[in-house]
Amino acid sequence: MKEKKTRYEMRFAGSGGQGVILCSIILAEAAFLAGKRVAQSQSYGPEARGGLCRAELVVDENEITYPKVMQPDFLLTLTQASLDKFGANTSEDALIMIDKSLLEPDDLGSYNVVSLPILHTAARVVGKPMTANIVAVGAINELLAIAPEDTLREAVKMHIPKGTEEVNMLALTEGMKLGASAKWTVTLP
Amino acid sequence: MTQVMQEAKTARKHRRALLQGNEAVVEGALAAGMRFFAGYPITPSTEIAEGCALKLPRVGGKFIQMEDELASMAAVIGASVAGVKSMTATSGPGFSLKQENIGFAALAEIPCVVVDVQRSGPSTGLPTSPSQGDYMQARWGTHGDHPVIAVSPWSVQEAYSETIRCFNLAEEYRVPVILLMDEIVGHMREGIELFEPEEIKLFDRLTKADPEQASMPYDIVPREQVPRITPFGEGVFYNITGLIHDNWGFPTNSPVKANRQCTRIMKKVENNLGDIEKYESYRLDDAQVCVVSFGGTARSARAAVDAARLDEFRVGMFRPVTVWPFPEEALAKICDQVEHIVVAELNYGQMKLEVERVAAGRCEVHHIGKVNGTILKPGEIYKKIREVAR
Repeated sequence: MKEKKTRYEMRFAGSGGQGVILCSIILAEAAFLAGKRVAQSQSYGPEARGGLCRAELVVDENEITYPKVMQPDFLLTLTQASLDKFGANTSEDALIMIDKSLLEPDDLGSYNVVSLPILHTAARVVGKPMTANIVAVGAINELLAIAPEDTLREAVKMHIPKGTEEVNMLALTEGMKLGASAKWTVTLP
Repeated sequence: MTQVMQEAKTARKHRRALLQGNEAVVEGALAAGMRFFAGYPITPSTEIAEGCALKLPRVGGKFIQMEDELASMAAVIGASVAGVKSMTATSGPGFSLKQENIGFAALAEIPCVVVDVQRSGPSTGLPTSPSQGDYMQARWGTHGDHPVIAVSPWSVQEAYSETIRCFNLAEEYRVPVILLMDEIVGHMREGIELFEPEEIKLFDRLTKADPEQASMPYDIVPREQVPRITPFGEGVFYNITGLIHDNWGFPTNSPVKANRQCTRIMKKVENNLGDIEKYESYRLDDAQVCVVSFGGTARSARAAVDAARLDEFRVGMFRPVTVWPFPEEALAKICDQVEHIVVAELNYGQMKLEVERVAAGRCEVHHIGKVNGTILKPGEIYKKIREVAR
Protein backbone atom coordinates (compact mmCIF):
# COMPACT_ATOMS: atom_id res chain seq x y z
CA MET A 1 0.00 0.00 0.00
CA LYS A 2 2.53 2.53 -1.13
CA GLU A 3 1.37 6.11 -1.29
CA LYS A 4 1.78 7.93 -4.55
CA LYS A 5 5.07 9.75 -4.45
CA THR A 6 4.59 13.50 -4.64
CA ARG A 7 8.00 14.50 -3.32
CA TYR A 8 10.51 15.55 -5.96
CA GLU A 9 14.13 16.10 -4.95
CA MET A 10 16.51 18.28 -6.96
CA ARG A 11 20.21 18.95 -6.56
CA PHE A 12 22.23 21.67 -8.29
CA ALA A 13 26.00 21.60 -8.26
CA GLY A 14 28.80 23.62 -9.70
CA SER A 15 31.55 26.01 -8.82
CA GLY A 16 30.99 28.99 -6.50
CA GLY A 17 30.12 32.04 -8.62
CA GLN A 18 28.31 30.12 -11.36
CA GLY A 19 24.99 30.91 -9.75
CA VAL A 20 23.72 27.43 -9.02
CA ILE A 21 22.29 28.58 -5.70
CA LEU A 22 20.34 31.34 -7.43
CA CYS A 23 19.24 28.80 -10.02
CA SER A 24 17.69 26.72 -7.23
CA ILE A 25 16.16 29.77 -5.55
CA ILE A 26 14.45 30.88 -8.79
CA LEU A 27 13.04 27.41 -9.39
CA ALA A 28 11.91 27.31 -5.73
CA GLU A 29 10.20 30.67 -6.22
CA ALA A 30 8.56 29.49 -9.44
CA ALA A 31 7.27 26.30 -7.81
CA PHE A 32 6.08 28.30 -4.79
CA LEU A 33 4.25 30.80 -7.02
CA ALA A 34 2.71 27.84 -8.83
CA GLY A 35 1.22 26.73 -5.51
CA LYS A 36 3.59 23.94 -4.54
CA ARG A 37 5.41 23.46 -1.26
CA VAL A 38 9.14 23.93 -1.39
CA ALA A 39 12.21 23.69 0.81
CA GLN A 40 15.41 25.11 -0.62
CA SER A 41 18.85 24.97 0.98
CA GLN A 42 22.50 25.19 0.05
CA SER A 43 25.96 24.40 1.25
CA TYR A 44 29.22 25.98 0.33
CA GLY A 45 32.67 26.52 1.75
CA PRO A 46 34.02 29.75 3.23
CA GLU A 47 35.49 30.89 -0.12
CA ALA A 48 33.39 33.32 -2.17
CA ARG A 49 34.38 31.99 -5.61
CA GLY A 50 35.61 28.74 -6.98
CA GLY A 51 34.73 26.26 -4.25
CA LEU A 52 32.42 23.32 -4.77
CA CYS A 53 28.92 24.59 -4.35
CA ARG A 54 25.69 22.69 -3.93
CA ALA A 55 22.07 23.70 -3.67
CA GLU A 56 19.04 21.56 -2.97
CA LEU A 57 15.35 21.91 -3.62
CA VAL A 58 12.52 19.70 -2.47
CA VAL A 59 9.15 20.21 -4.18
CA ASP A 60 6.04 18.53 -2.87
CA GLU A 61 2.29 18.92 -2.99
CA ASN A 62 2.14 17.75 0.62
CA GLU A 63 3.91 18.86 3.78
CA ILE A 64 7.68 18.63 3.55
CA THR A 65 9.11 17.11 6.72
CA TYR A 66 12.77 16.46 5.98
CA PRO A 67 13.85 19.55 4.01
CA LYS A 68 17.03 18.19 2.44
CA VAL A 69 17.70 15.93 -0.51
CA MET A 70 18.30 12.25 0.21
CA GLN A 71 18.52 10.85 -3.33
CA PRO A 72 17.87 13.38 -6.04
CA ASP A 73 15.32 12.80 -8.79
CA PHE A 74 17.06 15.56 -10.71
CA LEU A 75 20.68 16.63 -10.80
CA LEU A 76 22.24 19.61 -12.54
CA THR A 77 26.01 19.80 -12.73
CA LEU A 78 27.97 22.56 -14.41
CA THR A 79 31.50 21.40 -13.55
CA GLN A 80 33.35 18.11 -13.88
CA ALA A 81 34.25 18.11 -10.17
CA SER A 82 30.61 18.41 -9.13
CA LEU A 83 29.51 15.73 -11.61
CA ASP A 84 32.19 13.36 -10.37
CA LYS A 85 31.17 14.01 -6.78
CA PHE A 86 27.38 13.88 -7.04
CA GLY A 87 26.77 11.88 -10.22
CA ALA A 88 26.72 8.49 -8.53
CA ASN A 89 24.23 9.37 -5.82
CA THR A 90 20.93 9.80 -7.62
CA SER A 91 17.77 7.74 -7.77
CA GLU A 92 17.79 5.08 -10.48
CA ASP A 93 15.52 6.93 -12.88
CA ALA A 94 16.77 10.42 -12.05
CA LEU A 95 17.20 12.98 -14.79
CA ILE A 96 20.79 14.21 -14.86
CA MET A 97 21.47 17.44 -16.70
CA ILE A 98 25.10 18.18 -17.41
CA ASP A 99 26.91 20.83 -19.35
CA LYS A 100 28.01 19.64 -22.77
CA SER A 101 31.67 20.37 -21.90
CA LEU A 102 31.70 17.66 -19.23
CA LEU A 103 32.82 14.07 -19.62
CA GLU A 104 30.21 11.55 -18.56
CA PRO A 105 31.67 9.24 -15.90
CA ASP A 106 30.71 5.55 -16.11
CA ASP A 107 29.41 5.27 -12.56
CA LEU A 108 26.37 7.53 -12.72
CA GLY A 109 23.37 6.72 -10.53
CA SER A 110 21.13 7.04 -13.58
CA TYR A 111 21.85 6.98 -17.29
CA ASN A 112 18.93 9.23 -18.08
CA VAL A 113 21.36 11.99 -18.98
CA VAL A 114 20.76 15.15 -20.92
CA SER A 115 23.86 16.98 -22.04
CA LEU A 116 23.23 20.60 -23.05
CA PRO A 117 25.57 23.43 -24.10
CA ILE A 118 24.50 25.62 -21.16
CA LEU A 119 27.79 27.46 -20.61
CA HIS A 120 28.36 27.86 -24.36
CA THR A 121 24.86 29.25 -24.94
CA ALA A 122 25.29 31.78 -22.15
CA ALA A 123 28.68 32.91 -23.43
CA ARG A 124 28.11 32.80 -27.21
CA VAL A 125 24.37 33.10 -27.85
CA VAL A 126 23.30 35.32 -24.97
CA GLY A 127 26.71 36.92 -24.83
CA LYS A 128 27.06 36.91 -21.04
CA PRO A 129 28.71 33.88 -19.42
CA MET A 130 27.17 34.83 -16.06
CA THR A 131 23.66 34.07 -17.38
CA ALA A 132 24.44 30.34 -17.49
CA ASN A 133 22.29 29.74 -14.41
CA ILE A 134 19.29 31.41 -16.06
CA VAL A 135 19.83 29.35 -19.22
CA ALA A 136 19.77 26.31 -16.93
CA VAL A 137 16.56 27.50 -15.25
CA GLY A 138 14.88 27.72 -18.67
CA ALA A 139 16.09 24.29 -19.76
CA ILE A 140 15.10 22.63 -16.48
CA ASN A 141 11.62 24.09 -16.44
CA GLU A 142 11.07 23.14 -20.07
CA LEU A 143 11.83 19.52 -19.21
CA LEU A 144 10.23 19.26 -15.76
CA ALA A 145 7.34 21.72 -16.13
CA ILE A 146 7.77 23.04 -12.60
CA ALA A 147 5.81 26.21 -13.32
CA PRO A 148 3.98 27.82 -16.26
CA GLU A 149 6.17 30.04 -18.42
CA ASP A 150 4.81 33.39 -17.22
CA THR A 151 5.20 32.31 -13.59
CA LEU A 152 8.76 31.30 -14.30
CA ARG A 153 9.52 34.66 -15.92
CA GLU A 154 8.06 36.41 -12.88
CA ALA A 155 10.22 34.30 -10.57
CA VAL A 156 13.35 35.17 -12.55
CA LYS A 157 12.52 38.88 -12.43
CA MET A 158 12.14 38.72 -8.63
CA HIS A 159 15.73 37.60 -8.22
CA ILE A 160 17.79 39.53 -10.74
CA PRO A 161 19.25 43.04 -10.46
CA LYS A 162 17.23 45.88 -11.97
CA GLY A 163 18.27 46.72 -15.52
CA THR A 164 19.24 43.15 -16.42
CA GLU A 165 15.74 41.99 -17.36
CA GLU A 166 16.36 41.95 -21.10
CA VAL A 167 19.49 39.84 -21.07
CA ASN A 168 18.08 37.45 -18.48
CA MET A 169 14.82 36.97 -20.38
CA LEU A 170 16.88 36.21 -23.48
CA ALA A 171 18.91 33.68 -21.46
CA LEU A 172 15.70 32.10 -20.20
CA THR A 173 14.28 31.82 -23.71
CA GLU A 174 17.50 30.27 -25.02
CA GLY A 175 17.46 27.84 -22.10
CA MET A 176 13.90 26.83 -22.89
CA LYS A 177 14.95 26.19 -26.49
CA LEU A 178 17.75 23.94 -25.26
CA GLY A 179 15.31 22.06 -23.05
CA ALA A 180 12.80 21.66 -25.87
CA SER A 181 15.48 20.31 -28.19
CA ALA A 182 16.29 17.53 -25.71
CA LYS A 183 12.74 16.63 -24.72
CA TRP A 184 12.56 13.47 -26.79
CA THR A 185 15.96 12.12 -25.81
CA VAL A 186 15.24 11.49 -22.14
CA THR A 187 12.61 9.99 -19.86
CA LEU A 188 10.72 12.71 -18.03
CA PRO A 189 8.93 12.30 -14.69
CA MET B 1 -18.97 25.68 7.02
CA THR B 2 -18.71 29.13 8.53
CA GLN B 3 -15.33 28.25 9.88
CA VAL B 4 -14.02 27.01 6.58
CA MET B 5 -15.15 30.20 4.91
CA GLN B 6 -13.45 32.20 7.57
CA GLU B 7 -10.32 30.21 7.06
CA ALA B 8 -10.50 30.73 3.33
CA LYS B 9 -10.94 34.42 3.88
CA THR B 10 -7.91 34.74 6.14
CA ALA B 11 -5.86 32.57 3.83
CA ARG B 12 -6.57 34.89 0.94
CA LYS B 13 -5.71 37.93 2.97
CA HIS B 14 -2.26 36.74 4.02
CA ARG B 15 0.77 37.88 2.13
CA ARG B 16 2.74 34.80 1.12
CA ALA B 17 6.43 34.84 0.49
CA LEU B 18 9.35 32.53 -0.12
CA LEU B 19 11.82 33.44 2.60
CA GLN B 20 14.96 32.20 4.24
CA GLY B 21 14.66 31.45 7.96
CA ASN B 22 16.93 34.39 8.74
CA GLU B 23 14.82 36.72 6.58
CA ALA B 24 11.69 35.51 8.36
CA VAL B 25 13.26 36.48 11.69
CA VAL B 26 13.67 40.04 10.40
CA GLU B 27 10.04 40.12 9.22
CA GLY B 28 8.87 38.78 12.57
CA ALA B 29 10.98 41.26 14.54
CA LEU B 30 9.69 44.21 12.51
CA ALA B 31 6.12 42.99 12.93
CA ALA B 32 6.74 42.77 16.69
CA GLY B 33 7.87 46.38 16.76
CA MET B 34 11.66 46.00 16.82
CA ARG B 35 13.16 49.37 16.02
CA PHE B 36 16.79 48.85 17.03
CA PHE B 37 19.36 46.29 15.94
CA ALA B 38 23.03 46.21 16.81
CA GLY B 39 25.21 43.38 15.68
CA TYR B 40 28.40 42.07 14.25
CA PRO B 41 27.96 39.82 11.21
CA ILE B 42 28.74 36.11 11.47
CA THR B 43 27.73 33.13 9.37
CA PRO B 44 25.12 31.65 9.51
CA SER B 45 23.27 34.63 11.00
CA THR B 46 24.48 37.41 8.70
CA GLU B 47 21.26 37.67 6.66
CA ILE B 48 19.50 38.90 9.81
CA ALA B 49 21.87 41.86 10.13
CA GLU B 50 21.62 42.49 6.38
CA GLY B 51 17.83 42.49 6.49
CA CYS B 52 17.75 44.82 9.49
CA ALA B 53 20.23 47.21 7.84
CA LEU B 54 17.97 47.36 4.80
CA LYS B 55 14.59 47.53 6.47
CA LEU B 56 14.97 49.31 9.81
CA PRO B 57 15.67 52.78 8.34
CA ARG B 58 12.47 52.50 6.29
CA VAL B 59 10.36 52.28 9.44
CA GLY B 60 12.28 54.91 11.39
CA GLY B 61 14.41 52.37 13.23
CA LYS B 62 18.15 52.24 13.77
CA PHE B 63 20.68 49.67 12.64
CA ILE B 64 24.25 49.78 13.92
CA GLN B 65 27.08 47.49 13.01
CA MET B 66 29.18 47.58 16.17
CA GLU B 67 32.88 46.87 16.55
CA ASP B 68 32.24 43.45 18.06
CA GLU B 69 29.65 41.24 19.72
CA LEU B 70 30.23 42.58 23.24
CA ALA B 71 29.48 46.11 22.12
CA SER B 72 26.46 44.90 20.10
CA MET B 73 24.87 43.39 23.17
CA ALA B 74 25.66 46.51 25.19
CA ALA B 75 24.07 48.70 22.52
CA VAL B 76 20.96 46.53 22.49
CA ILE B 77 20.64 46.91 26.26
CA GLY B 78 21.12 50.67 25.97
CA ALA B 79 18.42 51.02 23.35
CA SER B 80 16.02 48.87 25.33
CA VAL B 81 16.61 50.92 28.48
CA ALA B 82 15.47 53.89 26.42
CA GLY B 83 12.24 52.03 25.69
CA VAL B 84 12.91 50.67 22.20
CA LYS B 85 12.35 47.03 21.31
CA SER B 86 15.82 45.75 20.46
CA MET B 87 17.48 42.70 18.98
CA THR B 88 20.86 41.31 18.07
CA ALA B 89 21.83 38.22 16.10
CA THR B 90 24.91 36.06 16.10
CA SER B 91 26.23 32.52 16.02
CA GLY B 92 28.08 30.43 18.63
CA PRO B 93 31.36 32.38 18.79
CA GLY B 94 29.51 35.68 19.12
CA PHE B 95 26.99 34.17 21.52
CA SER B 96 29.88 33.39 23.87
CA LEU B 97 30.97 37.02 23.75
CA LYS B 98 27.48 38.32 24.47
CA GLN B 99 27.07 36.28 27.64
CA GLU B 100 28.38 38.88 30.06
CA ASN B 101 25.86 41.47 28.96
CA ILE B 102 23.06 38.91 28.72
CA GLY B 103 23.60 38.43 32.45
CA PHE B 104 23.39 42.18 32.92
CA ALA B 105 20.06 42.24 31.05
CA ALA B 106 18.78 39.36 33.19
CA LEU B 107 19.60 41.07 36.50
CA ALA B 108 18.73 44.62 35.47
CA GLU B 109 15.53 43.21 33.90
CA ILE B 110 15.96 44.73 30.48
CA PRO B 111 13.89 43.16 27.69
CA CYS B 112 15.84 42.09 24.60
CA VAL B 113 15.91 39.37 21.97
CA VAL B 114 19.17 37.60 21.16
CA VAL B 115 19.18 35.39 18.06
CA ASP B 116 21.76 32.60 18.03
CA VAL B 117 21.88 30.79 14.70
CA GLN B 118 23.94 27.86 15.91
CA ARG B 119 26.86 26.48 13.97
CA SER B 120 29.36 23.76 14.74
CA GLY B 121 31.65 24.52 17.64
CA PRO B 122 33.51 24.71 19.92
CA SER B 123 35.34 27.96 19.22
CA THR B 124 35.13 29.11 15.59
CA GLY B 125 34.36 25.49 14.70
CA LEU B 126 32.86 24.76 11.29
CA PRO B 127 31.71 28.16 10.01
CA THR B 128 28.93 27.11 7.64
CA SER B 129 27.83 23.83 9.18
CA PRO B 130 24.80 23.19 11.38
CA SER B 131 24.82 22.28 15.05
CA GLN B 132 22.68 22.49 18.16
CA GLY B 133 25.61 22.67 20.53
CA ASP B 134 24.57 25.92 22.22
CA TYR B 135 21.53 24.40 23.94
CA MET B 136 23.06 24.42 27.41
CA GLN B 137 24.85 27.69 26.78
CA ALA B 138 21.52 29.35 26.07
CA ARG B 139 20.48 28.40 29.60
CA TRP B 140 23.70 28.68 31.56
CA GLY B 141 26.01 30.73 29.37
CA THR B 142 26.16 33.67 31.72
CA HIS B 143 27.14 33.24 35.34
CA GLY B 144 24.95 33.19 38.39
CA ASP B 145 21.38 32.00 38.82
CA HIS B 146 19.39 33.89 36.28
CA PRO B 147 16.15 33.60 34.34
CA VAL B 148 16.25 32.87 30.63
CA ILE B 149 13.68 31.99 28.02
CA ALA B 150 14.88 30.23 24.87
CA VAL B 151 12.78 29.33 21.85
CA SER B 152 13.75 27.06 18.95
CA PRO B 153 11.79 27.14 15.66
CA TRP B 154 11.76 24.19 13.23
CA SER B 155 10.49 25.92 10.10
CA VAL B 156 10.67 29.25 8.34
CA GLN B 157 7.04 29.90 9.30
CA GLU B 158 7.92 29.35 12.94
CA ALA B 159 11.07 31.47 12.65
CA TYR B 160 8.66 34.29 11.79
CA SER B 161 5.92 33.66 14.34
CA GLU B 162 8.24 32.64 17.18
CA THR B 163 10.30 35.80 16.76
CA ILE B 164 7.14 37.76 17.43
CA ARG B 165 6.49 35.60 20.49
CA CYS B 166 10.07 36.13 21.70
CA PHE B 167 9.54 39.88 21.72
CA ASN B 168 6.26 39.50 23.61
CA LEU B 169 7.89 37.28 26.21
CA ALA B 170 10.83 39.66 26.60
CA GLU B 171 8.50 42.61 27.07
CA GLU B 172 6.15 40.84 29.46
CA TYR B 173 8.74 39.26 31.74
CA ARG B 174 11.61 41.67 31.21
CA VAL B 175 14.13 38.96 30.46
CA PRO B 176 16.59 38.36 27.66
CA VAL B 177 14.92 35.91 25.29
CA ILE B 178 17.13 33.68 23.15
CA LEU B 179 15.86 32.68 19.73
CA LEU B 180 17.87 29.49 19.44
CA MET B 181 17.96 28.83 15.70
CA ASP B 182 20.24 26.52 13.79
CA GLU B 183 21.85 26.73 10.37
CA ILE B 184 19.26 24.30 8.98
CA VAL B 185 16.34 26.65 9.64
CA GLY B 186 18.33 29.88 9.28
CA HIS B 187 19.51 29.15 5.74
CA MET B 188 16.51 27.20 4.47
CA ARG B 189 13.95 28.82 2.18
CA GLU B 190 10.28 27.92 2.53
CA GLY B 191 7.01 29.54 1.65
CA ILE B 192 5.36 31.28 4.59
CA GLU B 193 2.32 33.35 5.41
CA LEU B 194 2.93 36.79 6.84
CA PHE B 195 0.31 38.09 9.25
CA GLU B 196 -1.55 41.35 8.91
CA PRO B 197 -0.67 43.87 11.64
CA GLU B 198 -4.20 43.73 13.11
CA GLU B 199 -3.97 39.97 13.65
CA ILE B 200 -0.77 40.13 15.65
CA LYS B 201 -1.16 40.32 19.38
CA LEU B 202 1.67 42.41 20.80
CA PHE B 203 2.68 42.96 24.38
CA ASP B 204 4.40 46.22 25.19
CA ARG B 205 6.31 46.55 28.45
CA LEU B 206 4.43 48.18 31.31
CA THR B 207 5.67 51.46 32.70
CA LYS B 208 4.78 53.80 35.54
CA ALA B 209 3.02 57.03 34.66
CA ASP B 210 3.51 58.75 38.00
CA PRO B 211 7.01 60.38 38.09
CA GLU B 212 7.45 59.78 41.81
CA GLN B 213 6.79 56.08 41.41
CA ALA B 214 8.86 55.98 38.25
CA SER B 215 11.93 57.13 40.15
CA MET B 216 11.78 53.79 42.00
CA PRO B 217 12.14 51.52 38.95
CA TYR B 218 12.37 48.24 40.87
CA ASP B 219 9.51 48.91 43.26
CA ILE B 220 7.06 46.15 42.40
CA VAL B 221 3.35 46.94 42.11
CA PRO B 222 1.41 44.74 44.59
CA ARG B 223 0.54 41.26 43.21
CA GLU B 224 2.92 41.73 40.28
CA GLN B 225 6.32 40.11 39.77
CA VAL B 226 7.78 42.16 36.98
CA PRO B 227 8.89 45.74 37.62
CA ARG B 228 7.30 48.50 35.60
CA ILE B 229 10.30 50.49 34.54
CA THR B 230 9.79 53.83 32.85
CA PRO B 231 12.23 54.30 29.96
CA PHE B 232 15.31 56.46 30.40
CA GLY B 233 14.82 59.86 28.90
CA GLU B 234 11.19 60.16 29.91
CA GLY B 235 11.78 62.62 32.71
CA VAL B 236 12.93 60.57 35.66
CA PHE B 237 16.41 59.75 36.90
CA TYR B 238 17.25 56.41 38.39
CA ASN B 239 20.14 54.01 38.54
CA ILE B 240 20.69 50.80 36.60
CA THR B 241 23.43 48.40 37.63
CA GLY B 242 24.60 44.85 37.29
CA LEU B 243 25.06 44.75 41.08
CA ILE B 244 22.26 43.46 43.24
CA HIS B 245 20.14 46.55 43.76
CA ASP B 246 17.35 48.04 45.81
CA ASN B 247 14.08 49.54 44.60
CA TRP B 248 15.88 52.69 43.47
CA GLY B 249 18.33 50.67 41.43
CA PHE B 250 21.28 51.38 43.72
CA PRO B 251 23.67 48.65 44.85
CA THR B 252 22.93 46.90 48.11
CA ASN B 253 24.65 44.18 50.13
CA SER B 254 21.61 43.45 52.24
CA PRO B 255 21.03 39.65 52.34
CA VAL B 256 17.29 40.26 52.70
CA LYS B 257 17.09 42.48 49.64
CA ALA B 258 19.48 40.29 47.65
CA ASN B 259 17.40 37.22 48.40
CA ARG B 260 14.19 39.02 47.52
CA GLN B 261 15.51 40.18 44.17
CA CYS B 262 17.30 37.00 43.13
CA THR B 263 14.29 34.91 44.04
CA ARG B 264 11.81 37.17 42.31
CA ILE B 265 13.64 37.21 38.97
CA MET B 266 13.61 33.40 38.95
CA LYS B 267 10.00 33.17 40.13
CA LYS B 268 8.65 35.53 37.48
CA VAL B 269 9.48 32.86 34.91
CA GLU B 270 8.76 29.80 37.10
CA ASN B 271 5.33 31.05 38.08
CA ASN B 272 4.25 31.67 34.50
CA LEU B 273 5.23 28.43 32.81
CA GLY B 274 1.76 28.01 31.34
CA ASP B 275 2.23 31.20 29.37
CA ILE B 276 5.87 30.64 28.44
CA GLU B 277 6.02 26.93 27.62
CA LYS B 278 5.21 25.73 24.14
CA TYR B 279 5.62 22.24 22.76
CA GLU B 280 4.14 19.88 20.21
CA SER B 281 3.17 16.24 20.65
CA TYR B 282 2.82 14.03 17.59
CA ARG B 283 1.34 10.52 17.24
CA LEU B 284 1.96 9.79 20.91
CA ASP B 285 -1.46 8.26 21.77
CA ASP B 286 -0.40 4.61 21.63
CA ALA B 287 3.34 5.21 21.40
CA GLN B 288 5.87 2.94 22.99
CA VAL B 289 8.82 4.99 21.78
CA CYS B 290 8.97 8.79 21.86
CA VAL B 291 11.49 10.80 19.88
CA VAL B 292 12.38 14.11 21.54
CA SER B 293 13.86 16.64 19.17
CA PHE B 294 13.91 20.40 18.57
CA GLY B 295 14.76 22.97 15.90
CA GLY B 296 15.85 21.84 12.45
CA THR B 297 16.69 18.32 13.64
CA ALA B 298 13.04 17.81 14.54
CA ARG B 299 12.27 17.83 10.79
CA SER B 300 14.43 14.73 10.36
CA ALA B 301 12.84 13.22 13.47
CA ARG B 302 9.33 13.83 12.10
CA ALA B 303 10.21 12.12 8.81
CA ALA B 304 11.73 9.20 10.76
CA VAL B 305 8.61 8.86 12.93
CA ASP B 306 6.34 8.85 9.85
CA ALA B 307 8.50 6.21 8.15
CA ALA B 308 8.58 4.05 11.30
CA ARG B 309 4.80 4.34 11.66
CA LEU B 310 4.37 3.04 8.10
CA ASP B 311 6.34 -0.01 9.25
CA GLU B 312 4.03 -0.31 12.27
CA PHE B 313 6.37 0.82 14.99
CA ARG B 314 4.41 2.51 17.79
CA VAL B 315 6.42 5.67 17.84
CA GLY B 316 5.59 9.34 18.39
CA MET B 317 7.38 12.59 18.89
CA PHE B 318 7.68 15.40 21.41
CA ARG B 319 9.07 18.72 20.26
CA PRO B 320 9.79 21.52 22.74
CA VAL B 321 9.35 24.88 20.99
CA THR B 322 10.18 26.79 24.14
CA VAL B 323 13.35 24.88 24.97
CA TRP B 324 14.10 26.86 28.17
CA PRO B 325 12.42 26.57 30.61
CA PHE B 326 12.26 22.91 29.65
CA PRO B 327 8.66 21.59 29.42
CA GLU B 328 9.04 19.23 32.38
CA GLU B 329 5.44 18.53 33.21
CA ALA B 330 4.38 17.63 29.69
CA LEU B 331 7.36 15.34 29.17
CA ALA B 332 6.89 13.72 32.60
CA LYS B 333 3.45 12.46 31.50
CA ILE B 334 4.99 10.97 28.37
CA CYS B 335 7.70 9.28 30.47
CA ASP B 336 4.96 7.48 32.41
CA GLN B 337 3.46 6.20 29.16
CA VAL B 338 6.34 5.17 26.89
CA GLU B 339 9.07 2.61 27.39
CA HIS B 340 11.81 4.38 25.48
CA ILE B 341 12.76 7.92 24.66
CA VAL B 342 15.18 8.75 21.86
CA VAL B 343 16.65 12.22 22.07
CA ALA B 344 17.76 13.35 18.61
CA GLU B 345 19.89 16.49 18.60
CA LEU B 346 22.94 17.86 16.80
CA ASN B 347 25.28 17.76 19.76
CA TYR B 348 26.99 15.39 22.16
CA GLY B 349 23.95 14.99 24.42
CA GLN B 350 22.73 18.26 25.92
CA MET B 351 18.93 18.12 25.87
CA LYS B 352 19.38 14.44 26.76
CA LEU B 353 20.52 15.58 30.22
CA GLU B 354 17.25 17.45 30.72
CA VAL B 355 15.21 14.51 29.44
CA GLU B 356 17.03 12.12 31.78
CA ARG B 357 16.40 14.44 34.69
CA VAL B 358 12.67 14.53 33.92
CA ALA B 359 12.42 10.81 33.13
CA ALA B 360 14.15 10.00 36.44
CA GLY B 361 14.30 6.31 35.59
CA ARG B 362 10.65 5.98 34.54
CA CYS B 363 11.65 5.01 31.01
CA GLU B 364 14.89 4.39 29.18
CA VAL B 365 16.53 7.42 27.61
CA HIS B 366 18.64 6.93 24.48
CA HIS B 367 20.50 9.47 22.47
CA ILE B 368 21.40 10.01 18.85
CA GLY B 369 23.58 12.98 18.08
CA LYS B 370 26.27 14.25 15.77
CA VAL B 371 29.18 16.64 16.13
CA ASN B 372 30.68 16.44 12.64
CA GLY B 373 28.94 19.37 10.96
CA THR B 374 26.41 17.26 9.06
CA ILE B 375 22.76 16.89 9.97
CA LEU B 376 20.92 13.86 11.28
CA LYS B 377 19.16 12.12 8.41
CA PRO B 378 15.73 10.53 8.89
CA GLY B 379 17.24 7.10 8.21
CA GLU B 380 19.72 7.47 11.05
CA ILE B 381 16.98 8.31 13.53
CA TYR B 382 14.80 5.50 12.19
CA LYS B 383 17.65 3.07 12.74
CA LYS B 384 17.83 4.15 16.38
CA ILE B 385 14.05 3.80 16.77
CA ARG B 386 14.25 0.26 15.40
CA GLU B 387 17.15 -0.55 17.73
CA VAL B 388 15.37 0.52 20.90
CA ALA B 389 11.92 -0.81 19.95
CA ARG B 390 13.28 -4.29 19.35
